[in-house]
Amino acid sequence: MLKVLRMEETTEDPGPNTDQARHEALITAVADNRDKSAFESLFVRFGPRIKGMMLGSGAGEDLAEDLMQEVMLTVWRKAALYAPERGSVSTWIFTIARNARIDRLRRQPVQPFVDVETVSIASDAPSAESEMIAGQHGEIVRAALQKLPQEQRDVIDLAFNQFMPQSEIAKKLNLPIGTVKSRTRLAYKKLKENLEDLR
Amino acid sequence: MSIHHHLDAASLMRYAAGDLDPAFAVVVASHIAMCDECRQAVRLAEAVGGACLSDMPEAALSDGSFTRLSRMIDAAPDTATKRRPVEATPANDPDGDVPLPLSSLIGGSLDDVPWRLVVPGVYRHKIELADTSSSLFMLKIGSGRKMPEHGHGGTEMTLILRGSYSDSMGRFGPGDVADLDEHVEHQPVVDSDDPCICLVATEEPTRFKGIVSRLMQPLVGI
Repeated sequence: MLKVLRMEETTEDPGPNTDQARHEALITAVADNRDKSAFESLFVRFGPRIKGMMLGSGAGEDLAEDLMQEVMLTVWRKAALYAPERGSVSTWIFTIARNARIDRLRRQPVQPFVDVETVSIASDAPSAESEMIAGQHGEIVRAALQKLPQEQRDVIDLAFNQFMPQSEIAKKLNLPIGTVKSRTRLAYKKLKENLEDLR
Repeated sequence: MSIHHHLDAASLMRYAAGDLDPAFAVVVASHIAMCDECRQAVRLAEAVGGACLSDMPEAALSDGSFTRLSRMIDAAPDTATKRRPVEATPANDPDGDVPLPLSSLIGGSLDDVPWRLVVPGVYRHKIELADTSSSLFMLKIGSGRKMPEHGHGGTEMTLILRGSYSDSMGRFGPGDVADLDEHVEHQPVVDSDDPCICLVATEEPTRFKGIVSRLMQPLVGI
């Protein structure tokens, strides 16, 4: 039931020329047909970027390469779990990279994250909510990010591009931790407003 | 479920970036499993990560990187994950009040929690987590009971699972989360007929004010 509704929705989703539409078609080919060449296209697009993130967050060359391979292997195995109404392909791959990093570098359990993703699949009704989420694809969020004031952008870049803990961001920018928190909150609020304006 | 108290945006962003300590990640994940609004909000936060990944400069991969991965895929049996719907609470949870991320830790029923009495009317169950400097525990507090007034040594997050309490910030019922910064002082009073059961993550041992509370603290251990 859910699957049928989803397919109907995605056909009228963003134009076929967007990154998201291309990536989504590739993921679907991997999920439905175990299509190796579609998977290679995803690998070429995301592999070097995932590795870049891992290097930026302090992993050495070998570990970064290894984590990247692990993330892409998960993409191959779990392609069927990608749900477009929950966000773009790059967002989904980001969460896999985040979880791999928590698991390997921080040696912390990722089960809570995995559980939430499982829950979300079950309770997502195709609704106003899912339409809004579908609207958050790549370009829109990127455009909104670029409109953030620099001081908020810096905090976001460190937190997401480099997976830097809040306490280290405070040290690096020489700010009290409360200021880092309030900039994060402001950035989130701005982003949400910008997305509503762009829609 | 009507939820009135939600997660702080800074907590959502830290969750999305993978920066929350495990104890807090469990509370956030449990709330998100119960709250459509915060689930949607965390997706926006994760979309920030997706945009950052898209804009990331490309790092050079090692030689033959894809070939190696491709061989790994061919060598192993194809363990493709199939999509299957899962309920927000586990099937063995008769009351539907244990969110999935918590059920991974305590099982499916709040009635089977191995409570330990700490002071009359207050029960506690500590959830052991590896690699955390914070603590995660559940509390069951009898109707009409007050939690001792306390300020926080660090941040504290409380998710209500059953019953309700009130304090200066309002009334907190099932699904509500109190996502509190340090320096906040509050004195929750349980105002439901049945005991209030909640899941709590604290950054540091909570310091109770007042001599009686101080004497009590080693007993309560929170």
